[in-house]
Amino acid sequence: MRSGRFWAWVTFVLGACYFFIPLIATFEFSLRMKRGEYSFEAYKVVFGDPRFQATFTYSAVVAVLTIILGVLIVVPTAYWIRLRMPQLRPVVEFVTLLPLIIPAIVIVFGYIRMYGSSSPLPFLATARGTDALLVIGYATLALPYMYRAVDTGLRTIDVRTLTEAAQILGAGWTTIVARIILPNVLISVLSGAFLTFAIVIGEFTLASLLNRPAFGPYMQLIGANRAYEPAALAIIAFIITWGCMSVIQVLARFAPKSANQPN
Amino acid sequence: MADTFLSIQNLRKSFGTTTVVQDFNLDVSTGEFVSFLGPSGCGKTTVLRMVAGFEQPSAGAISVGGKDVTRLKPNQRNIGMVFQAYALFPNLTVAQNVAFGLKVAGVPKAEMDKRVAEMLSLIKLPEFGDRYPYQLSGGQQQRVALARALAPRPKLLLLDEPLSALDAKVRVSLRDEIRSIQRNLGITTIFVTHDQEEALSISDRIVVMYGGKAEQVGTPYEIYNRPATKFVANFVGTLNVLEGVVSDASAGKVKVDTQEIVVGNKLNGSRNGDAVSLALRPEAIALGPRPGHDAELGGRISEVHFLGSVIRIRVGFGKGMISLDTFNNSSTPPPVVGDQASISFSSNDLLVLH
Repeated sequence: MRSGRFWAWVTFVLGACYFFIPLIATFEFSLRMKRGEYSFEAYKVVFGDPRFQATFTYSAVVAVLTIILGVLIVVPTAYWIRLRMPQLRPVVEFVTLLPLIIPAIVIVFGYIRMYGSSSPLPFLATARGTDALLVIGYATLALPYMYRAVDTGLRTIDVRTLTEAAQILGAGWTTIVARIILPNVLISVLSGAFLTFAIVIGEFTLASLLNRPAFGPYMQLIGANRAYEPAALAIIAFIITWGCMSVIQVLARFAPKSANQPN
Repeated sequence: MADTFLSIQNLRKSFGTTTVVQDFNLDVSTGEFVSFLGPSGCGKTTVLRMVAGFEQPSAGAISVGGKDVTRLKPNQRNIGMVFQAYALFPNLTVAQNVAFGLKVAGVPKAEMDKRVAEMLSLIKLPEFGDRYPYQLSGGQQQRVALARALAPRPKLLLLDEPLSALDAKVRVSLRDEIRSIQRNLGITTIFVTHDQEEALSISDRIVVMYGGKAEQVGTPYEIYNRPATKFVANFVGTLNVLEGVVSDASAGKVKVDTQEIVVGNKLNGSRNGDAVSLALRPEAIALGPRPGHDAELGGRISEVHFLGSVIRIRVGFGKGMISLDTFNNSSTPPPVVGDQASISFSSNDLLVLH
């Protein structure tokens, strides 16, 4: 028993070293911009750079639009699969996993072939069209996370009975999804939303190859040309991701509790 | 039936090649409380779901208040329903749950608040409006579900095993409460249950279902005392079944093991030598002779179960076994296992099962 606990601690400490030493080293390096002293100079430079503000804002807006698109696609789909077509669940799960297997670059080349300026649907001919494709691409990349989060949320409620209870009280599909299903899986939807946000903020391939002014390509650009700022940016990116994860944890506490408790 | 409110005609439901409901016909009068009673898988819930509109019949018609609703969607039928699993909306408070149907129907807020308060006092939970479902016990949740179903003033109330998830004590009190509310409102109600005691105690009529068909429709008294089929006799209440052979059809005599019983004119159509099943309720049998009992069988006491107010005794004779109930009497100790005993009953109480 004691020996088991000892090795558990050893494993934990090794794991923590593996994750935290590079992070601490990066943080320490990011503070060394001024010679002979620690300072937040690199962070000041990063935050003061108009390109940082522009790219971060662009990526944040794209992330919000991706979340909206993801919710509009995933919530009704996952709900309908659970309610009416449970036999299709394995197929849909497989489809939602495809973005993890197929590289983003394949999507981009698909876009270029399908929606190039000489194609019948020349989305890539305009900036707005390209932005739309970027949002759709990101929604695809975030699909595995969003679908799983929503599906897990739906598993915690009795979808069929709640739907029937609402139907018999006169509610139509829109009312059922908007007022019963969505509020009951809201925490799961938000979990998926924050995961999506974290993915979109750091994504490089799609944004770079579609030539959009996103945060991912900006980080790459800074990383290739500067010394201390990339370290600061890496720490900022980590903080954003961890912030999203923390918000998911906090929100999970507010999840509606099941009404179906034994007497 | 002159004032038929719910009419179900030739209803059939098949899933693929499996037929789960067939030739189901029923007319329910306004304000009547009808129970669908049967074992799991007998089709009772499927019929209820077809009435609600959650399942489409493969054939047949359903009309409510003279209007054919067979092809209407559930939200167009103006029917209230209470589910076994309560199905309260977890994200809404008790008051919001009760108000849901009214809000969907676009009832003005003042009227809606009044109706919600009325419903909460009807279920005796007026101070629970701000609570969430998870803060209530199972019995309270089911009462809220009842209030929610009744709030939009439905024409028909469907209760799908609403008491199954509750403990025994709450089940009995809520059962009585449901019946009293139903009587006061005069709402036509269909109640699905597999619990015969529940069905017998609160129904105006019972539909006993088996294999997707209505085996018998009748009042609780008729169902219990005059079961039409062997299944109904076995399913409703405890029953002693004696296998015998007709020894003298013209005299109404049946030989059970080595003893002969006169069953009167109930052997319609049977001939000498035919096998017959005779059924007797435990409470129709007495230990020893009793005035009015014209039939007697001898045997040996094989089991004695003291149940408090009632003592259930099992008497073995030949290959058969008979259960009988006697009231506990503090001055008379219960019989002892192994004693010789004779049992008596009135041949009028014998049922010949077909």
